[in-house]
Amino acid sequence: MITMTHCLALSLTLFGIGVVGVLTRRNAIIVLMGIELMLNAANINFVAFSKFLPQPGLTGQIFTVLVIATAAGEVAIGLAILIALYRNRDTINVDEYTALKG
Amino acid sequence: MGGQLFVFYVFAALTVGSAALVVTRRNPVHSALCLIVAFLGVAGIYVVLEAEFIAAAQVLVYAGGIMVLFLFVIMLVDLEERGRLGVSRRRIRSKAVAVSLALTGCLVALLAVSFLSAGYPASAAGEDPDTLHMAGGNLSAVAMALFDHYVLPFELASLLLLVAMIGAVVLAKSKI
Repeated sequence: MITMTHCLALSLTLFGIGVVGVLTRRNAIIVLMGIELMLNAANINFVAFSKFLPQPGLTGQIFTVLVIATAAGEVAIGLAILIALYRNRDTINVDEYTALKG
Repeated sequence: MGGQLFVFYVFAALTVGSAALVVTRRNPVHSALCLIVAFLGVAGIYVVLEAEFIAAAQVLVYAGGIMVLFLFVIMLVDLEERGRLGVSRRRIRSKAVAVSLALTGCLVALLAVSFLSAGYPASAAGEDPDTLHMAGGNLSAVAMALFDHYVLPFELASLLLLVAMIGAVVLAKSKI
């Protein structure tokens, strides 16, 4: 029988992998992919909560639908920004974006 | 170990394994392809958790739309790594043919099995539509909640998507 612990453990692992991707990779596209992995981990949590909480309902699934829509918008904007950055700076290495002295 | 748990572990291993490949591959195209597998694995997890509509939305939006966007941008942007897929078309032709034939064989076998077996598994398992509806996993239950109680967030999400679409077009235009 699947319990909430299984889902939370999977979600934790997926979120950790996403964080590793965001923090260690310098290719901005891979960084965006790591963000997507983290959003998916959060979605798994939402669905697990909507199924396993003492009062099961659909609220978690509705939240997941909204998160998926937001993620789609976020990817579209993020990749558009990436294309604009590449056009101006000729690189997608995030270490070379130092105009803000980051 | 129940069958449900076994399927959960299979999809979890698929998801975690391909997610690990996403962040470790050097070539962004390989990362994108692994990300598709990871998204499909998450969709399988949703099916196991009885959230069928979310699983369908996951496949359509993530594995379909978002990944096409990623691949387009990788091809547009990643000049220095382009062509690093590293194989000439002539060398992979026999493998490509073999994979296509294997896939076709799998589909034919699936079709044959579904024609030969009588009835759908869901009706055989004693899950009548009412219990499915009450369980809340299916499309109509989600639709009732989405358009009844959560109609305002739903419309706001559509507004957000409109803004994102216009913003993406403006940002990616060559001359602003």
